[in-house]
Formats: sequence, structure tokens, C-alpha cells
Amino acid sequence: MGEIHPMVEMADLSFSYPGQEVLSAINFTVYSGDFVAIIGPNGGGKTTLVKLIVGLLKPSGGMLRVNGKTPGRGGAVIGYVPQQIKHNDNFPASALDVVLMGRHSPDKRWAFFRGGDDRTAALQALEKMGMEKYAERKITDLSGGQRQRVLIARALVTEPDLLVLDEPTASIDTKGQAVFFNLLKTLNKDLTILVVSHDLLVVSSYAKSIACVNKRLHYHDIVGSTTDLMNAFYACSVEEVCPVETVVRGLNKNTFLDLPRHD
Amino acid sequence: MIEILQFEFMRNALYAGFLTSIICGIIGTLIVVNRLVFLAGGIAHSAYGGIGMAFFFGLPYMVGAIGFSFVVAMIMAGVSLKAKERADTIVGVLWAVGMASGILLLDLTPGYNVDLMSYLFGSILSVPRSDLITMAAIGVVILFLVSYFFRDLLAMSYDEEFAQIRGMPVKRLYYMLIGMVAVTVVMVVQVVGLILVIALLTIPPSISEKYTKSLAKMMLSSCFLGMVFTTGGLWLSYRYDMTSGAAIIFLASVVFFLSLFLDRVILLFKKNIVL
Repeated sequence: MGEIHPMVEMADLSFSYPGQEVLSAINFTVYSGDFVAIIGPNGGGKTTLVKLIVGLLKPSGGMLRVNGKTPGRGGAVIGYVPQQIKHNDNFPASALDVVLMGRHSPDKRWAFFRGGDDRTAALQALEKMGMEKYAERKITDLSGGQRQRVLIARALVTEPDLLVLDEPTASIDTKGQAVFFNLLKTLNKDLTILVVSHDLLVVSSYAKSIACVNKRLHYHDIVGSTTDLMNAFYACSVEEVCPVETVVRGLNKNTFLDLPRHD
Repeated sequence: MIEILQFEFMRNALYAGFLTSIICGIIGTLIVVNRLVFLAGGIAHSAYGGIGMAFFFGLPYMVGAIGFSFVVAMIMAGVSLKAKERADTIVGVLWAVGMASGILLLDLTPGYNVDLMSYLFGSILSVPRSDLITMAAIGVVILFLVSYFFRDLLAMSYDEEFAQIRGMPVKRLYYMLIGMVAVTVVMVVQVVGLILVIALLTIPPSISEKYTKSLAKMMLSSCFLGMVFTTGGLWLSYRYDMTSGAAIIFLASVVFFLSLFLDRVILLFKKNIVL
């Protein structure tokens, strides 16, 4: 992956909808090769933060750079895996068609017949996700977890520098989630990964660092020990109302309540 | 059966049915996949305002209707992009306002009054040759635009946000799509009527959607089904002396409900095998 450099930089970043501030004073840098889990309560601005990074929303204030450039200006290729896609139950596309969407770009319009290399790349991406035997299946006939893998294949086929996933395991069962995060861990060898999740305990065993978003952002490097991890979670929950608090307290009141307070 | 083809009006009706089926098969597929049926209905009904305007100001029908519908369509597109959750309300209001203003404008037009009813079911049996040529020309333009932007439209229909991140001009594509819907609807309304347009825009694609695995195949299958419905409906109307537009729609809806029933049977059959 080359030398470590800042992949996403935010300085005093803020975003608000009319009459409602969603994110404020966010200072956060994601370095290349990192595997960041973004956690936080519902409505805390996780998805908004992700949409800012991929360029679907424009910041209201502050600085945001992806690989040194404004999002959407060609700084880095971002592979985006959305939370879920609200399409018809019968959308007419095979899994392969969906992955091929990742190979299309506006300057390829005149090429009426697609080159074989696009197809090869798409099939390879599906293979990487263990989905090659479903290539010709209708996308809507696949299960939630299988569809999620196809969407990741679609993101991978764009040859991204940064993979951004918004709640990717919402439709996968617990066993499937472990497999899924192991897969992300493998992908992390060549890719910077940013994943939004509300499932703290699953995320904690795979992510290298954690950002807690609840209007503000707290960043924690996971050094390795469980105590450090819980510390991060706990600290995050002291200042904001984070779901972490309930999880941690629910797990073991006595151990965690006397942890040192986060600045 | 063949002898009815010796009448020029019958041949023209068949050609009109074919052209309508092709245009509606392509645009209807995009409408169904993007869930724009209500919006398309709104555009079709607001075309009445355009018809009224054309008569009131003494403009040619096409100029008035296409101009008016196009403007209304762009307003609807803008609203549905900016305030998605209010879009259905706005479309409903414009739908009603369009029709009412059309009728009021016709009331205010002195002298000769048009029968607005004829725009509801149209008159596929009295399509002049000149209309066929206009329809063919519009069909060619739509075919070109849709094939040129095919993959953009596919990606946008499946996942608008992903398409936008990949640098596709999602908003412009959306306006283009709605614009094509407006032109299609107005063009075809004059020939086969408002109700038939909506039927041909929605019924063949929604049947095809279940049995096809790609957008292109869905379009092809919709065009084919449309042709079967228009030809079959024309034959029914000739054989049993019924209103042609209504016969076409009735045939299409019978097939639609049959396909729903068939799905149920297949589902039950599959369950039994599993058990």
C-alpha cells in the first residue's frame, strides 16, 4: 500500500440541515491502511459524516480533504457500500450487472459493447467475495448477506483507495457478521477501510481504531488490550450519550465504572 | 381476419399500436423501475392544461400540450429531487390543477368546443399518417438517448447515490428521463388516449420485470407484450365491436392478473416440493 499518508482529513468540519446542527467541530484524520469503525447513537451523525466523505453532501463549514482533495474531485477513488438499497423487489439486474455498474463511467458511453476486461474484473471481484457462483442470479433473489457481498464487489471493482461501508451488517446474522468482518480484515491489507456500525462488540475485535460520533467526534486508537478498548468505549460515553455506556455498564458495572475519565 | 388489413385505417392503427408499444415499452420500463408511475400519471393528466391552452391561444396542439406538460414535468422533477417526501402531494396538486385549467380554458374559448373525452381513450382507429411519422421520429430520438445513456440510467435506477459518487450526472439524467416521459405521454395521448398511455407504460413492464434478469430484456419484453396487447385488443374490438382503447387495456389487465395468479401457483408448487 506504500507509505502511510493521510487519506481523510477533517479540520473544524461542521454540517447542518436548516435549523439543526448535525456535526460540529470535527477534527479527524484517517491514515492510509487504517481500519476505522465509526460508532455512535442513532441520529448522532454517522451516516452524515460518511456522506460528507464520499461527496454526497457538502460541508457547511471547515475543511474536508480526501487524499488531499475536495471529495468528488478525483483525490481518491472511494468504494462506497450503502446501508441498503431501496429498489423494487423485482429489479431486473443480475449480480454481475450490479458489479459491472462499478466499472461504468461517463466517458465510456460510446463503447457500446463492453470490453471483456470489465467482465473479467467484475467476476474476479465476485470471486473475492465468494459470490462467483451467483453471478448470473437475479440480484433480488439473493439473501441480504449475499446482496451485501455483491455491493462490496461493486465497490471493489472500482479499484478504490478507500472503502466506506455504512452499517454493512444490518441484514446479516451474528455468525455471518464474523465471517463478514474477517473478510474486511483481509481486504484491509490493501485498502483503507471506514465502517459505520452500531455493533460495538463485533467491530471492536476487527477495527484498528474507533471514532465515536455524536455531533462531535472522539477518536481512539486501539492499542490492543481489552481494557484499552473498553476505556475508549467508556470515555466516549461519558461526555455524550453513546450506546456504549449501556453496553459497557450492562456487561460489568464494577469493572468499568472506575475507569479513568477521558479528558 | 387478414381481410381487415385492407383498410388503411386498420393498418395505421396497427402501426400506431406498434410504435406506441415500442416507445411505451422503453420509457415504461424506466418509469416502473424508478417508481415514477404516479409522476407519469400526473404529467399525463396535466397535459389537459396544455390542450386547453393550445385551443385558447389558437396554438397547434403539439406546441401547447408538449410545452405545458414539459414545464409541469420539470417542476415535478425539481420538487421530487428537492423535497422527496412532499413529492406525491405536489404531483397530486399539479395533476388536478392541470386538468381543471384545461377545462376552464376550453370553457373560455369562444365557439367550437372540443370533446375532452376523446383524449381519455383516444381513437387509435383514426390515426393519420402524419402522426405516425411524428411518433416514429420521437421513437428514434428516445431510442438513441436511452441507448447512449443506458448504463448511466441502469446504475442510477439501481442506486442513485453510487451513480453520483461514480461521477454520473444523476440530476441531469433524472430531468432528461422526466422530459422524455413528458414528450412520450403527450405524443401518445393524442393517438391512443390518456388511460391507454398509463396502461401501456405500466402493465407490460410490470409483467416483464418479474421474468427478466436485465433492464434491456425487460424493455424488449415490454415492447413485445405491448404489441401483443394492442394487436389483440384491436382484433377484439373489431370482432366484437367494442371500443378499441378499452379493449386493449382490458386484454392487458387480464394478462397482468393472470401473471399474478401464475406466480402464486408457482410459489405454492415450490413450497410443496420443499415440503
